[in-house]
Amino acid sequence: MTIKSVFDIIGPVMIGPSSSHTAGAARIGRMARSILGEEPKSAQIYLYGSFAKTYKGHGTDRALIGGLMGMDADDSNIKTAPELAAKHGLDVEIRTGTGLEGTHPNTVHIYLTGVSGRKVFVGGSSVGGGNVLVSRINDFDVAVQGRYPTLLVEHTDIPGMVGRITTILGGSGINIAEMRTARNEKGAGAFTVIQTDQPVTEKVVTGIAGLPDIITVSKILPFREVI
Amino acid sequence: MRKILSVADIVTESENRHCTISEIVIEREQKLHEAGRKEIWDRMAGLWEIMKQSMVTAERNPARSLSGLVGEENKLLVEYMKTKGTLAGEGTVQAAARAMGVAALNASMGKIVACPTAGSCGIVPAVLLTTAEKTGAGKEKIIAALFTAAGIGMVIDENASTSGAEGGCQVECGAASCMAAAAAVELAGGAPAQAAHAGAIALKSVIGLVCDPVAGLVEVPCVKRNAIGAGNALLAADMALAGIKSIIPLDEVIGAAAQVGRIMPDSLKETAEGGLAATPIAREIARRLGVTK
Repeated sequence: MTIKSVFDIIGPVMIGPSSSHTAGAARIGRMARSILGEEPKSAQIYLYGSFAKTYKGHGTDRALIGGLMGMDADDSNIKTAPELAAKHGLDVEIRTGTGLEGTHPNTVHIYLTGVSGRKVFVGGSSVGGGNVLVSRINDFDVAVQGRYPTLLVEHTDIPGMVGRITTILGGSGINIAEMRTARNEKGAGAFTVIQTDQPVTEKVVTGIAGLPDIITVSKILPFREVI
Repeated sequence: MRKILSVADIVTESENRHCTISEIVIEREQKLHEAGRKEIWDRMAGLWEIMKQSMVTAERNPARSLSGLVGEENKLLVEYMKTKGTLAGEGTVQAAARAMGVAALNASMGKIVACPTAGSCGIVPAVLLTTAEKTGAGKEKIIAALFTAAGIGMVIDENASTSGAEGGCQVECGAASCMAAAAAVELAGGAPAQAAHAGAIALKSVIGLVCDPVAGLVEVPCVKRNAIGAGNALLAADMALAGIKSIIPLDEVIGAAAQVGRIMPDSLKETAEGGLAATPIAREIARRLGVTK
């Protein structure tokens, strides 16, 4: 069991009203932006469970949009994020959905399109106290919490890929905290999620992107510790 | 590194060493983070600045919540206090107004410090600022008192919970009130044992309080419970400073709250299915806001 800190009791600094419905939503939005890896141009957001029922009163929609624009959970601009998004040319559609029985009550699905036309699907949940879990990226089941620097690599499912990726990380002195590779069928696309102790540098991202059989590379910065 | 297991441990250690509760909590935090005292102190000082700012913003620029259900409580109470005087005493009413102001700021998407949660964020800052004004305590003492509040909060978190979804409002606004009462005693120069008695009296008085938010929003009754939590804390602190002891020690009160939380039905733990959330008017509000059909 983790030993609590005084700052788990007093803190975090956040935009209200709810750590799960507002702060967590902003974090999922920001993670989706990182996964896309570029400025988003349009977003279709589907809310489920408690998110779908209470999003207006909790500003869940505003927080998600703020996150998509790169805002942290303590950014005062979250309140006016929809207006700011409209100004920036980010087209957002919010819908509520049903039929996701068995998933966490605070779940969101985001279909994101970037300025270059790149598309990504991100499914995530706000699991309490501002903590989040991204459980789906495109067709792959993942488990990303955003507490560590995270590298996401989509690649062809062939022998040696993981070794080549980790060699580049090791060469830059980046230690792997946790790693998981998922695939849908043998020999097709695979998705590797690597959580690291040190920040993932641009050089590493470029190095991995330059390897053969790599489809996409993106990284997620860990949540900034506020104050 | 040992967990903080009991308030009794902290009080005994501070008595043996003739120091405050905050001193024990700060030292433990230093060991936990392998960090210097200054780093930890500055981080708490930063949180206090944001708490102060939230109280200023709440008073100068009050905003209505997204649903429109709350937002003018601080203003009304301050105006009343200034023009008509008070029944409960200026300090209590001032603290209640501040607590509601911060809680309403939270409900209007303002910036707050969760303490221990967003829904109970007004109580500790309001009680500490009001106590400091009364006793003349400076910023250093307030920051120290925040460590005391956090130390008590950690014991509650370890042995019960600080989530309304797990233990009801007794461990959100109740926990905040308990933390604030103990911290106020230290701020007023009381002994560590008195701080623990104040926390015990405060928590005992709201044990069993359910989490029943109307339409599932952090607004009704949360904002007003922040006011009552602040008043409860100040009164409990006064009682302890007067030498009144809690027959049930704080650790056992926390244990009792944990037990009550375990047997509390889910309908009274943040699900908006029971209590005030299930009243006819609350159901009507939920329909109007589109939360239910």
